[in-house]
Amino acid sequence: MQKVTREMLIEKASALLAEGKVDRVLGWKNGEFSYDVTPFVFTDVESMKKDFVFGDFAFANFSKYLIKETKKSENKVLVFLKPCDTYSFNQLLTEHRFNREKVYAVGIPCDGMVDVSKIKEIVGDGIISVESGDLIKVETLYDGVKEIAKKDVLAERCVNCKSKKHVAYDELMGEEGEILDSNRFDEVAKLEAMTADERYAFWQNELSRCIRCNACRDVCPACTCEKCVFGNPNSGVENKAASNSFEEKMFHIIRAFHVAGRCTDCGECSRVCPQNIPLHLLNRKFIKDINAFYGDYQAGEEVGSRAPLTNYTKEDLEPSEAVNKEEN
Amino acid sequence: MQRIGVFVCWCGSNIAGTVDVAKVAEALKSEPGVVLSTNYQYMCSQAGQEMIKEAVKEHKLTGLVICSCSPRMHEATFRKTAAAAGINPYMVEIANIREQCSWIHKDMEEGTEKAIVLGRTAIAKVNLNAPLTPGESPVTKRALVIGGGIAGIQTALDIADAGFYVDIVEKKPTIGGKMAQLDKTFPTLDCAACILTPKMVDVAQHERIRIFSYSEVESVKGFVGNFDVTIRKKARYVKEDVCTGCGLCTEKCPQKKVPNEFNLGMDNRRAIYIPFAQAVPKVATIDADYCTMLKTGKCGVCSKVCTAKAIDYTQKDEFIEEKYGAIVAATGFNPISMDKFDEFAYSQSKDVITSLEFERLMNAAGPTAGKLLRPSDGVHPHKIVFVQCVGSRCASCAEKGKEYCSKICCMYTAKHAMLTRDKYPDTDVTVFYIDVRTPGKQFDEFYRRAVEEYGVHYIKGMVGKVSPEGNKLIVQGSDLIANKQLKIEADLVVLAAAIEPDKSARPLATMLTASMDTNDFFTEAHPKLRPVESPTAGIFLSGACQGPKDIPETVSQAGAAAAKVIGLLAKDKLTGNPCVAHSDEMMCNGCSSCEKVCPYGAITYSDKEFRGPNRTTLIRRVASVNEAICQGCGCCTVACPSGAMDLKGFASKQIMAEVDAICK
Repeated sequence: MQKVTREMLIEKASALLAEGKVDRVLGWKNGEFSYDVTPFVFTDVESMKKDFVFGDFAFANFSKYLIKETKKSENKVLVFLKPCDTYSFNQLLTEHRFNREKVYAVGIPCDGMVDVSKIKEIVGDGIISVESGDLIKVETLYDGVKEIAKKDVLAERCVNCKSKKHVAYDELMGEEGEILDSNRFDEVAKLEAMTADERYAFWQNELSRCIRCNACRDVCPACTCEKCVFGNPNSGVENKAASNSFEEKMFHIIRAFHVAGRCTDCGECSRVCPQNIPLHLLNRKFIKDINAFYGDYQAGEEVGSRAPLTNYTKEDLEPSEAVNKEEN
Repeated sequence: MQRIGVFVCWCGSNIAGTVDVAKVAEALKSEPGVVLSTNYQYMCSQAGQEMIKEAVKEHKLTGLVICSCSPRMHEATFRKTAAAAGINPYMVEIANIREQCSWIHKDMEEGTEKAIVLGRTAIAKVNLNAPLTPGESPVTKRALVIGGGIAGIQTALDIADAGFYVDIVEKKPTIGGKMAQLDKTFPTLDCAACILTPKMVDVAQHERIRIFSYSEVESVKGFVGNFDVTIRKKARYVKEDVCTGCGLCTEKCPQKKVPNEFNLGMDNRRAIYIPFAQAVPKVATIDADYCTMLKTGKCGVCSKVCTAKAIDYTQKDEFIEEKYGAIVAATGFNPISMDKFDEFAYSQSKDVITSLEFERLMNAAGPTAGKLLRPSDGVHPHKIVFVQCVGSRCASCAEKGKEYCSKICCMYTAKHAMLTRDKYPDTDVTVFYIDVRTPGKQFDEFYRRAVEEYGVHYIKGMVGKVSPEGNKLIVQGSDLIANKQLKIEADLVVLAAAIEPDKSARPLATMLTASMDTNDFFTEAHPKLRPVESPTAGIFLSGACQGPKDIPETVSQAGAAAAKVIGLLAKDKLTGNPCVAHSDEMMCNGCSSCEKVCPYGAITYSDKEFRGPNRTTLIRRVASVNEAICQGCGCCTVACPSGAMDLKGFASKQIMAEVDAICK
């Protein structure tokens, strides 16, 4: 498979900028460390040549950025979308969150992103630089350069990648992939197999670490409310401090309910969590249940699709059947 | 701050028997906003209402909490009282301390405690109530009757005779339903066809009735007075308006081996058929499952013989959209399947039949031209055993039968026994029964005649087993009165199969948002006081879809349903419900979730200009609710991810306040 490189993306962007087809480019830029890649809006080729990066840490799903970005100019914005990003892209279109006409979407292939915490487990602290590739070169302060096989340090969401296929783009670079059979529900099944007390303890342990930084909400492409309930004085839960240990969970449970049926399982929530809470498991539980109760449904696969929770068909199961299914 | 008056009702001893009403009134005095809390024997009485009106004046009340029976009983009464006293009717809240408290508790202390909590909850809500004003909506003066049996026919005729337009949707090729299959009717023994078919003709000829036969309801949208219904007219491959019903095609069709469902499969019909001679509309229908032409493209005999040129093999399902003000469900019943009753050997012997099959065997237009002959060998049976309650009153065997009494079996079995003895006095007839239930005009007299005049042997007891032996059926049963086991060699066994609602009723109920009981019978709005209305406004119930019924009862209920429909259609405008949804545009994301879940199509989206920061203008896609169409079901408020959608009178805040008051 021909690999899409940083240079090819810059070339594509400069051509589109020169043509006047777009006037901005949503891309990635190095943060403080080379494994700490952040989104950036480029407006000229020079700055792209200087700062634009692409590689094993180009996680950021740009779809949500389009809501604000498309409102800033009459011209189109260029966006690079990995296969999983395209699902969020479609889901946002389904919810009329941005104007498709104002976007030029280029689909780019993805062979998985790397989880730096997994590298740290191998090399320890003090990483100076990381070079992308099938063999990742990691330089640390203490040990010099080490080579690590990329497949050993793939992010969880990439190990369980659900699709290498793009479901939306104006133009595709590289080869198109396929929808995969992933084992993404295995972890959920493990939680389901626990007793209620064990499961409670599991989530208590995970969610009690939450510092309510709101990063999961802010990055989530399904969390696009004009005013979040947690910021709405009328909701009664605005900036509410947890008055007991159970209330710590309410934020995440409410959020999981709010995105149920709309979550594309892009995994951004878990990625950005500074406390490493596996938040995606809450959403996956909903996805798994929806699939079991109403037949397989992938949010964002099609623009305009009716999510089972906001749809009614005569074949829908009765609530009592759902309970029985759950119990069996 | 509201000034709330709390009025605790005794409902005689209904509430006061289990709830210390004085204590409740006292406890609620200290709740926020309460300026008056009192109790009285009958709050709904004239004196009680006067007391409320006086209190409003004297204490300058702005809100009322009535602790009494269910709001379904008297909410309207107390809203009227409030209006008469000069405060907005929607400033009244009912705390249901009867159905949800006193009636279900035995302990005075517990009941009182719960009543206080319920009162506190209602007070918490009234504190957040705001005055509301209802709007009005027009009424479409046309009714839809779903099902063309005797129930649907009678309802349609009565509505049409009152001057309104009616459409009947019947899934079979002809109207007539089960009654058309019957032979004679109890207790007068007049012929079913002789009294039914003139009514069918009346329907066909009525200028205000349209029949959509071989059709099904595809979707229902809208609400009382304004239903939008799509009807699927299934392709019958015969042009209805061209076919003369001459029947030539049904004689010439080479496909002769199609089980005739009208005779319950006891004989065959052709692939093109008219169900029976008096069918309405009298039009042929091609059975696509059997027609050689439709399956292989080779045949076309019916088309060749049809002089009217009515055959059209290319016909497709047609969709008709129509507006209705009222909908009547008249979907009827079916005998249950005998598959699970192997002990009666129904699947092993052709000579074990159901009562409906027996009707066809006795019917002059049936498979034996009215001669009582055994299905297996066509020989006249000399010993017949009738088994009652097959699958009815089956409390212990609910997985195969029904818990309820099917109501009609005792009478039709008596009729069958009597008719058999009348026509064939040489035939010995035995009936096994659990009880003989004959409440009805002339019913018990009828049954007594069967026993006393016609010499039918009635044996109290159930049949345990029927086993075919040679050309006989060995019936083993118990005689509970003589306390002995019986073994009878019978030629024919007739099973009084339980009846159940037609399978189409469940999906229809979902479409109509009409509720059903566990047996899939439609639920009435009130079992005694509103027996022909569904709890869903604008949906009415006619015939056996509401519960097992015989013909006289079905016809009276059909007339009652028609009366209710006429009462609705006679109105020009309906006062709406002001408890409707409302969207906060500042919070709306434009995601369309609410629009998708709205069952009434009350929500529309539009691009609106908003003021952005720094004197900019933002264009945002936001939802708005058509209050005339909204029914206040609240689906949208749940679907809205951002909480922009809320329900007037049932705002999330009000409901949370109620929950908080309960949990306090």
